[in-house]
Amino acid sequence: MATVAGDRPFVRAPADGRVRAAVRAAREAPVLAVVILGGLVVVALLADVLAPHDPTFPVPGAGVFDPPMWMEGGRAAAPLGTDFQGRDILSRLIHGARVSLIVGLMGTLVAGTIGTLLGILSGYVGGWVDQLIMRVTDAWLALPAIVFAIFLAAMVGPSMWNIVGILGAVYWTRYARVIRGEVLSLRERDFVKLAEIAGASRLRVIRRHILPNVLNTATVLASLTVGVVIIAEASLSFLGVGVPPPQPAWGLMLSEARPTLMAGQWWLTVFPGACILLIVLATQLFGDWLRVRLDPQARNL
Amino acid sequence: MAPVLEVSDLQTHFSTFGGRRVVRAVDGVSFTLQAGESLGLVGESGCGKTTTCLSIVGLLPRAGRIVGGRVLFEGEDLARMSQRELRRIRGRRIAVILQDPMASLNPLFTIYRQVAEPAYFHQRLRGRTLRRRVQDLLRAVRIPSPEWRMRDYPHQMSGGMRQRIVGAIALAGGPRLIIADEPTTNLDVTIQAQYLDLLKDLQRETGVALIFVTHDLGIVAKMCDRVAVMYAGKIVEQAPVRTLFDAPRHPYTRALLASVPRLGSKQPLASIDGQPPNLASLPPGCAFHPRCPEALARCASEEPADVETGDGGAARCWLLEAAGAAGGGRGRPHP
Amino acid sequence: MADPILEARGLTKHFPVRQGLLGRSHAPVKAVDGVDFAIHPGETLGLIGESGCGKTTTSRLILLQERPTAGTITFEGRDVAALEGAGLMAYRRAVQAVFQDPFSSLSPRMRVQDIVAEPLEIHTNGSRAAIRERVAEVLALVGLAPDVAPLFPHEFSGGQRQRIAIARALSTDARLVVLDEPVSALDVSVRAQIINQLEHLQRRLGVAYLFIGHDLATVAHISHRIAVMYLGKIVETADTEALVDRPMHPYTKALFAAALPARPDDRPREPTIAGEVPSALHVPRGCRFHPRCPLAMPVCAEVEPTPTPRDGGGTVACHLY
Repeated sequence: MATVAGDRPFVRAPADGRVRAAVRAAREAPVLAVVILGGLVVVALLADVLAPHDPTFPVPGAGVFDPPMWMEGGRAAAPLGTDFQGRDILSRLIHGARVSLIVGLMGTLVAGTIGTLLGILSGYVGGWVDQLIMRVTDAWLALPAIVFAIFLAAMVGPSMWNIVGILGAVYWTRYARVIRGEVLSLRERDFVKLAEIAGASRLRVIRRHILPNVLNTATVLASLTVGVVIIAEASLSFLGVGVPPPQPAWGLMLSEARPTLMAGQWWLTVFPGACILLIVLATQLFGDWLRVRLDPQARNL
Repeated sequence: MAPVLEVSDLQTHFSTFGGRRVVRAVDGVSFTLQAGESLGLVGESGCGKTTTCLSIVGLLPRAGRIVGGRVLFEGEDLARMSQRELRRIRGRRIAVILQDPMASLNPLFTIYRQVAEPAYFHQRLRGRTLRRRVQDLLRAVRIPSPEWRMRDYPHQMSGGMRQRIVGAIALAGGPRLIIADEPTTNLDVTIQAQYLDLLKDLQRETGVALIFVTHDLGIVAKMCDRVAVMYAGKIVEQAPVRTLFDAPRHPYTRALLASVPRLGSKQPLASIDGQPPNLASLPPGCAFHPRCPEALARCASEEPADVETGDGGAARCWLLEAAGAAGGGRGRPHP
Repeated sequence: MADPILEARGLTKHFPVRQGLLGRSHAPVKAVDGVDFAIHPGETLGLIGESGCGKTTTSRLILLQERPTAGTITFEGRDVAALEGAGLMAYRRAVQAVFQDPFSSLSPRMRVQDIVAEPLEIHTNGSRAAIRERVAEVLALVGLAPDVAPLFPHEFSGGQRQRIAIARALSTDARLVVLDEPVSALDVSVRAQIINQLEHLQRRLGVAYLFIGHDLATVAHISHRIAVMYLGKIVETADTEALVDRPMHPYTKALFAAALPARPDDRPREPTIAGEVPSALHVPRGCRFHPRCPLAMPVCAEVEPTPTPRDGGGTVACHLY
């Protein structure tokens, strides 16, 4: 086989193609994201076991505002320091993971379910139903999310599951819009039309033809917006209308640490902030990978 | 006379899945084209006809590479040229007409601007000379009232007209070779007939050589002087058009001819079992043998070589060797 | 001949068009304008025409995807527009469709088993086992092995997918199948397989077809009778042999002239015509074909021709006759 000179060298397929393939798959997998998320899930599940101290009571034998153990004045009993009440930061972080994960994931699930269902209804049924749902969506979107959430929290009173519901109620709109768009184009596809011609009821078409084909988009959208919900929860906690004390939450920890920011007790802010950063980063990376995996056109053919 | 185009043993490979798989899209294609001649490149999806054309003009997608062979256009080897050198040839000496006119025309520019572009860049025409040239070209492709129409935009024209505009753009640089890849597939039947008549007349008037890529044998019968039938990246039969229709040598050609419905005949159609092969996993031996009604034992293990058949044609089939190359040819294998 | 299984009389569909700043109503698009045809049990009626002729709209009207503006469709003697409830479901069971694009005709996330079984699940109360048996039966009818049932559509080629679509259409013993360009998107070597398959199924099951296409040779091959449409009207109908032997309407002749030759030296019997297929928004006065007709007379620009009988049991709508 002649090779061609000039600016077009021929790339030969490697004989060890399979090894290369495995390496490439490994490189593309969201290892970091899975490790972080997996780790957080484990931590949240085993919080009671892993946390060295009770997060709601001061650490016996430690003072208030103790710095992390590697600094002067720190002690091993409270490895990441203590807060203004003498409570162990590490234990509070571990327990806080539970809140962030539950609220973040469940909130996304609620928002996604409501939004997807409304989007499907709006896109497939059309007519006045579509108009009604879209106008409601528009109105909903006009309200700033956090303000709305605060309002709702003030109305129904804060508790973990209330917050889940509130976040679901606030964030469903972005799903509705996107899913509706996809359903509009799905509706025109031949296989949907043929199902209608065969006599399928609307419910049947939605259940067997529309819903399975939007699940991909809904899943990817969900994985990308989990971060938003988590930050929303943290913001609510920060503002004092999130999950009520004494249940520790990262946002609440940030709020409590606000007065000390300038006073030099950096560990009260940095550690909870870093945790929020990590979880949002992990979900974003995972969501990106999922999007590429599930979208056959983005995959390298 | 020296041929306009001489393709020898062209090989184009696509590397997919990051180099894991190599697809031999074009696997040793050879043909010659004289000035004023039209060659039909016939085959089904995946046979390599479009890739062959893209290889000739250097417009392969990133995953594709010419890995062997020569493409001699008026004596110069296109396969060895850089993109910069090819750009001077594309649009001027070689023109390409594609299937979807809306994809070939820029919706934001007027017809005038798009037809003028090759003449502006390659022949350096300006002003009134340029305008007159555009009108002449539009008239040549039978667009009525060209002085007015050239101010229109593509969306204001019908599909048939757009395809003719594409033809005008192709002619604007004064090409020696036009490659037309299924240009009439999206056109209505009566519009297609007009367009094909136009192409034929233009070819006669300008003496341009034409490669017509199609899956439709009827178009070939109407338009082409010679035909090359492709299957799985190879030319399996090549012949003057009458020879191909009267005495097809390759079983695939015979099967294709027998499977096309003919007006006025209700004869049951001879169908070919199976479907066109996946280029990434070709069977050993002759690529057609799993579907071939006349396959011999050796077809499953050895690839047949190209054999001349004496009446200006050639085919790759063990049956020819077995029969001693009917027609008096000496059965000399082609490289 | 037996009574027709489906009959259209004066079938008309106009689409309103809004133009201008105030959304003022424009003249409507007369997609289908007073069309008559009949399909007999076990036979194929071919519908041929170019873009904008109304053949797709006709198919949509028959499949009840659109409601006619005027005219009637009768199926086995009953007016289709009046159907509802059980009568409507019976119609849907008896009249099915196969469309052009094999790659979007099958739901990508459903297995072949479920795709073919769907009409059965909708219309019958069969047990799971009975349905599965029927699916295997009908897959075998179209030449597919029963072990393809658990697979997904993307594992099949275009030709195989069309077979699956045909199997689905026939699973409930449909009596009429509307085939809208069923082989146009397939490779040439596969088209013959599908056409042969369709003919074989018709002989075996006695199902009627409405075969919509743009390629004269293909439509003439499979159809017993042909109707030629132009800009919303049927300009000529006849038995296939009669039509091929003696096309009468100038547009029909133009289609024959434009048809590609079967062999290199074949010359068409008629000259090709000039001009574009006009837009359905601006239908010419009188006979719709007259601006392009080489034989147009003064009356053609004023008066619309009415269909008159022709040999081969058909009609032709032209002032020449």
